[in-house]
Amino acid sequence: MNMIINISRREFIKTGSLIGGGLILGVIPGFNGASGQSSQNFAPNAFIRVGTDDIVTVIVNKSEMGQGVYTSLPMVVADEMEADWSKIRIEPAPVDPAYNHTIWGIQGTGGSTSTWTTWDQLRRAGATARVMLVKAAAGIWGVSPIACRAENGFVFHDETKRQFSYGSLVEKAAQLSPPQDVPLKEPKDYKLIGKPVKRLDTPSKVKGSAVFGIDVKVPGMLTAVVARTPVFGGRVKSISDEKARAMQGVKFIERIPSGIAVIADNFWSAVSGRNALDIKWDEGPLAGFSSMKQRKQYAALSKKTGAVARKDGDPGAALAKAVKKLKAEYEVPYLAHATMEPMNAVVDLREDGCDIWTGTQFQSADRNSAAEILGLKPEQVNLHTTFLGGGFGRRANPYSDFVSEAAHVAKAVRKPVKVMWTREDDTRGGYFRPMWYDRIEAGLDGNGNPTAWRHRIVGQSIIKGTPFEKALIEDGIDETSVEGAKNIPYDIPNVLVELHSPEYPIPVLWWRSVGHSHTAFVVESFMDELAHAAGRDPLEFRRELLNKDPRRRALLELVAQKAGWRDPLPEGRGRGIAIHKSFGSYVAQVAEVSVNKKDGLRVHKVVCAVDCGKIVNPSIIEAQMESGVVFGLSAALFGEITFKKGRVEQGNFNDYKLVRMNHMPLIEVHIMPSEEKHGGIGEPGVPPVAPAVANAVFALTGNRVRRLPIRV
Amino acid sequence: MILLHINGKTHIVDVSPDIPLLWVLREHLGLLGAKYGCGIAQCGACTVHIDGKARRSCRTPVGDALGKEITTIEGIPDDHPVKMAWIDDDVPQCGYCQPGQIMAATALLKEKPEPTDEDIDIAMAGNLCRCGTYQRIRRSIHRASKMMAEGVKS
Ligand code: FES
Ligand code: FES
Repeated sequence: MNMIINISRREFIKTGSLIGGGLILGVIPGFNGASGQSSQNFAPNAFIRVGTDDIVTVIVNKSEMGQGVYTSLPMVVADEMEADWSKIRIEPAPVDPAYNHTIWGIQGTGGSTSTWTTWDQLRRAGATARVMLVKAAAGIWGVSPIACRAENGFVFHDETKRQFSYGSLVEKAAQLSPPQDVPLKEPKDYKLIGKPVKRLDTPSKVKGSAVFGIDVKVPGMLTAVVARTPVFGGRVKSISDEKARAMQGVKFIERIPSGIAVIADNFWSAVSGRNALDIKWDEGPLAGFSSMKQRKQYAALSKKTGAVARKDGDPGAALAKAVKKLKAEYEVPYLAHATMEPMNAVVDLREDGCDIWTGTQFQSADRNSAAEILGLKPEQVNLHTTFLGGGFGRRANPYSDFVSEAAHVAKAVRKPVKVMWTREDDTRGGYFRPMWYDRIEAGLDGNGNPTAWRHRIVGQSIIKGTPFEKALIEDGIDETSVEGAKNIPYDIPNVLVELHSPEYPIPVLWWRSVGHSHTAFVVESFMDELAHAAGRDPLEFRRELLNKDPRRRALLELVAQKAGWRDPLPEGRGRGIAIHKSFGSYVAQVAEVSVNKKDGLRVHKVVCAVDCGKIVNPSIIEAQMESGVVFGLSAALFGEITFKKGRVEQGNFNDYKLVRMNHMPLIEVHIMPSEEKHGGIGEPGVPPVAPAVANAVFALTGNRVRRLPIRV
Repeated sequence: MILLHINGKTHIVDVSPDIPLLWVLREHLGLLGAKYGCGIAQCGACTVHIDGKARRSCRTPVGDALGKEITTIEGIPDDHPVKMAWIDDDVPQCGYCQPGQIMAATALLKEKPEPTDEDIDIAMAGNLCRCGTYQRIRRSIHRASKMMAEGVKS
């Protein structure tokens, strides 16, 4: 509880993410240690705190970036706990090993893993609280716990018609030690899980009171922007800052590892000060670099043998024998995440410690990096996770770039400081989805069945040089470069997948759906090419090659049926289909497009079917599918980061375009009922969009799209 | 000194008249609902009403707002049909763009109480949502329109 006391002592009033029924917490939530147990609370584990006022606070260790974890994870806890949903409140978890990702061993959110990696943990946490509350009540009544039952925030003894609310059992329950083994509910008894429960964070987001990193203010805080190298790998050669120093509101100008920080009273002064800097840059190895050049280098590399990611049979021999051969090259560009809220972080550095507020997906890495820079012990740094104005992987940075940089600025000025990125900084600042170049060929036999498949991938590794290298790179193959390509689901006897991972000093990172964001486009577009070459319907062609994968086949059938695949289309429309599995979930989509001189390419409708196994909240699944479709569509239609003279050519939404309301297709989402293990939901909606649309363009125009964004 | 009428209250701020209204709202007046997304009138995250019309506060010098009625998301009542519809439809994802979306939608409905899909395309095209909540926004605008027609007060 020290955190709350400290903050209020310093008159820091900031609303904690206000969550649920309009209640403002009034302080940034946080507490020392993992349990937060006190005489006012019953905290059986790191995830639950019951107050004497019956409020059940669920401490959520996943970052809320739109994907709904501040609702879906508490649903799991509350259901097992038999809590009253209207009494549930949320607190973002502090940094503590108790909140580590159950697989990664660090605290973080990503990879569409939040539901399935916490499912057992949170159910058990909820059930433990329930069992202890029941035991507390039974103890007071002097009856057997078996004679009692918990429901909706109360424990009942039906025989004597007595009841206790959870809040009134706090003191007694807090004295019990948690049981080792707890019974979990049968799915048929779920009250929340599987239902379209309304999001707890909606009211604050509609009011405008939800607190993002950019909204945090601490007393005496200054605001900084940083002039970073215009060419990756460049350095400051010389700087003249007299003009900037003389400007109103500008307080400090400091050299930090990433560039020159201008620290001012407010954002506008900081930006104006930065504009007045005269910096000469040593542009480094990428001076003169261009995307044109890089494409040529990649194309040349794609002709050479790469590291083998998968080899089945003898694809060379099979190709030689094939009756029909197809060859193609596919290309996709660098992409920026373009979260709606640009990067930012607030660092309040004091003699004895430091508080950081930021919207991050990588709490422990960020805290540890900041501690190291500031010369503090990790436990002296309190990192507070705010709402994230979008994440998409950008805020899970193994180098903690935006937090480390803010720590450097705070260290230089020894004052509370907010470091903000302008949209241009954010667009040009890197950590892009890598550019990819794919060379692919296949052979068909006399019946039009594919007998050989050779796929060579060229692109930077996002994992090399990060702490994830050991886990994700094996024999020179970065798993995330080949995911979705290495494991193509189709029944093809001879398969070769190779990889080149050229090194460039352009910072790259996971971008919503990671490797799948390009492999699905290549694989599902080329499958379409094969289907047409074989003279077969693209749906039937895929179905026949999926005999060993009934789950995928069934989903294809569902999307085809919902989209009316076999029905005639209106004049001037084309339809395309794609299916892709990623992060444990299968998503199939059918896109309907038109192309004409006046409007160019228009996507009218996307029918999306998803099989993500068991479900927690169908409304959130539907929202994430819609979200994925729009995200994928922005990349398919517009997304492109290019370089000229070493500089990123795009800067803001006028030249890094995103889908807008007037581009929107109608999106239909169908969820396949399933009892399989949970899959992810934040990312899998993205990969199939581009190939579904590209295949539709082909069906309509006969023009094959082999490069994104689509140019018609 | 600049006199501003915001959400029915008068504020006096000591800033230069060419500073964008957005930063005065956010940094001087603590009205944090309007967000920064682009600074060049491309995303709509900073949308407020000036004399009832949706305006990009990132491109409005505060001096231009002098003497005008400014409304921010904080000034839209909680029982406004648009806010209620947004809650019914669970529109927000990350939520960052939503204050701007709601300000654009309320301005649209004031002008066109029964907007068509095309009206919505035109009025909302300036408001980006990276989370792609557009479909729910559209649904919610229609819902709010119905609520208004049925006499839910605004
Ligand atoms: S911040 Fe004003 S339109 Fe984007
Ligand atoms: S809800 Fe995230 S940008 Fe719109």
